[in-house]
Amino acid sequence: MAGSTRVSATASSTVAAHALQPGNGTSLTREAWRRFRRHRLALAGAAILALLTLGVLVGPFLWKLPINEIDFAVKLKGPSFAHPLGTDDLGQDLLARMMYGGRISLAVGLAAMLIAVIVGTLIGAVAGISRGSVDAALMWLTNLFLALPQLPMLLLIIFLFRDPLKAMFGPEVGIFILIVAVIGGFSWMPVARLVRAQFLSLREKEFVEAARALGASTPRTVVRHILPNALGPVIVAGTIDVAAAIIAESTLSFLGLGFPPDIPTWGRILFDAKDHLDIAPHWAVIPGAAIFLAVLSINYLGDGLRDALDPRKVM
Amino acid sequence: MSRYLLRRLLLVVPSVIGISIVLFTVLALAPGDPFEELATNPAIPPEVRANLRTQFGLDDPIHLRYLRWFGSMAQGDWGFSFASRIDVDKLILQRIPVTLFVIGSSQVLALLIALPVGVFAATRPYSIFDQIANTLAFIGFSLPTFFTGILLILLFSIHLDWLPFVYRADISATGWRWYWEHLRQAIMPVTVLGLFQAASWTRFVRSSVLDVIRLDYVTTARSKGLAEQVVVVKHVVRNALIPVVTLVALQLPAVFGGAIITEQIFRVPGIGSLLISAILANDTPVIMAVTFVLAILVILFNLLADLIYGWLDPRVSYR
Repeated sequence: MAGSTRVSATASSTVAAHALQPGNGTSLTREAWRRFRRHRLALAGAAILALLTLGVLVGPFLWKLPINEIDFAVKLKGPSFAHPLGTDDLGQDLLARMMYGGRISLAVGLAAMLIAVIVGTLIGAVAGISRGSVDAALMWLTNLFLALPQLPMLLLIIFLFRDPLKAMFGPEVGIFILIVAVIGGFSWMPVARLVRAQFLSLREKEFVEAARALGASTPRTVVRHILPNALGPVIVAGTIDVAAAIIAESTLSFLGLGFPPDIPTWGRILFDAKDHLDIAPHWAVIPGAAIFLAVLSINYLGDGLRDALDPRKVM
Repeated sequence: MSRYLLRRLLLVVPSVIGISIVLFTVLALAPGDPFEELATNPAIPPEVRANLRTQFGLDDPIHLRYLRWFGSMAQGDWGFSFASRIDVDKLILQRIPVTLFVIGSSQVLALLIALPVGVFAATRPYSIFDQIANTLAFIGFSLPTFFTGILLILLFSIHLDWLPFVYRADISATGWRWYWEHLRQAIMPVTVLGLFQAASWTRFVRSSVLDVIRLDYVTTARSKGLAEQVVVVKHVVRNALIPVVTLVALQLPAVFGGAIITEQIFRVPGIGSLLISAILANDTPVIMAVTFVLAILVILFNLLADLIYGWLDPRVSYR
């Protein structure tokens, strides 16, 4: 008995290694990197995204003006030496506010993406591996969520749950948790469908059959054999989800229903700026351009990752 | 076809029920009590509050409350708007035509851009036109609608002063002038929404046409001596549109989201801006009803997409 277990374990891990990395250890990663590198715009996107991230992470340590210092003497001024990105209607420094807001926007994007990917992978995997009624029920749920209008639902839930969460965790953390949970909770469906489709095709493949024949249990087959092979498209979808979550958060803030006014996310700055378009266009254009740049570079990054990780799509 | 239609119609029922359950659950889970004020008012004894709760059925089990709520929604009794002092269904009926007009024209605009550009780009893959179209499409769907709206206002309303940036429902002009004013104020909202849709549709159309154009039956059509135009329009596009319709249907909730933002930016008096103002005014009956209506609209448009699907691909209606 012990012998047979050992044999199946080694055998299946060899199969797994085979499925994951044909030939020597790093060639699959290297191959993916080679394909990614060919996509110039994806490289540029990655570079811009890295710069933006570095800027919002390190920037506040170098640019020490507070985000909420009110100075009416310089209100609504365009870019100058003292305020490189100009000031808003209270004379607050926009560069400091942009860096602070960038941290929140990027953090919301990442956290919401993680929730969407985890929930989506879980539901897609369970649906894909189990046949019959479980699959049907989960797919019905997925399609139902796909048919729900996302933005109105976000607005409704934030309207209903805003105050209790604020009371529980404080205004900043409470709203952050709420926004991340709600955005993530309404964007897992594409991942779930993707993972299910991958599972449906992968579970009929020979290497999975081999693993099963060698006595691997269903959880082991799923975690060690099917999931690693299904991850490529999930990573791509996750990247796109970050962009979608950043847009969703900015939209909520832009409608005045996201973070409270004293927390300047990019969308919030744009919301405050839209009534002063005629006298201070820079105030609206800067956060808008930042959102656009972040989203565009993430989308290009996702496009490059699709070329790199989804070999079937490469021509 | 009629059996297919019937089956599709029957599938709408569980969706509506599912959506109503989700909405009701959200509402029921939400903290807050309509009689909260009474609890803090010392002049009202607790028994009165308890009696009121029983009278309005707030202490009933949740499934009974759901059935009662769904029953009154189905009968058209949607409650009374706290803020506008008018029945919710009347309020929504007033606002819905503008929303449908803006969404409808923007979809037509998106189709008029995406279809030719996508097909043209796919028939010449990797040409300069294809690359420019691709780049523009990427930029187009990375630009959030609220930013495009603000840029358009900056350019056309403030800088050039060509177009009004506030949508007015009460234009006093008559005759041609009335149509012209309406058209003028609709240009920017429709463009914002339409360009955003066109960007993603162009990519769908392009990749879908690329998939089809290499198939053998297209080569057959060409070798029969058909003109390239006939091959593309009659043989390729019809088949290529099948997956596009599915993707477009999946995007519909996002379209309604975009409509809410555009209506808010340009102050279009549709149900999107109604939703925002209701949220800012804590007008719960209106918020619930608008969300429900938007969800129903998504289902209806999905049904429409299914019908188009059945027309494009007769195979699905015989399955």
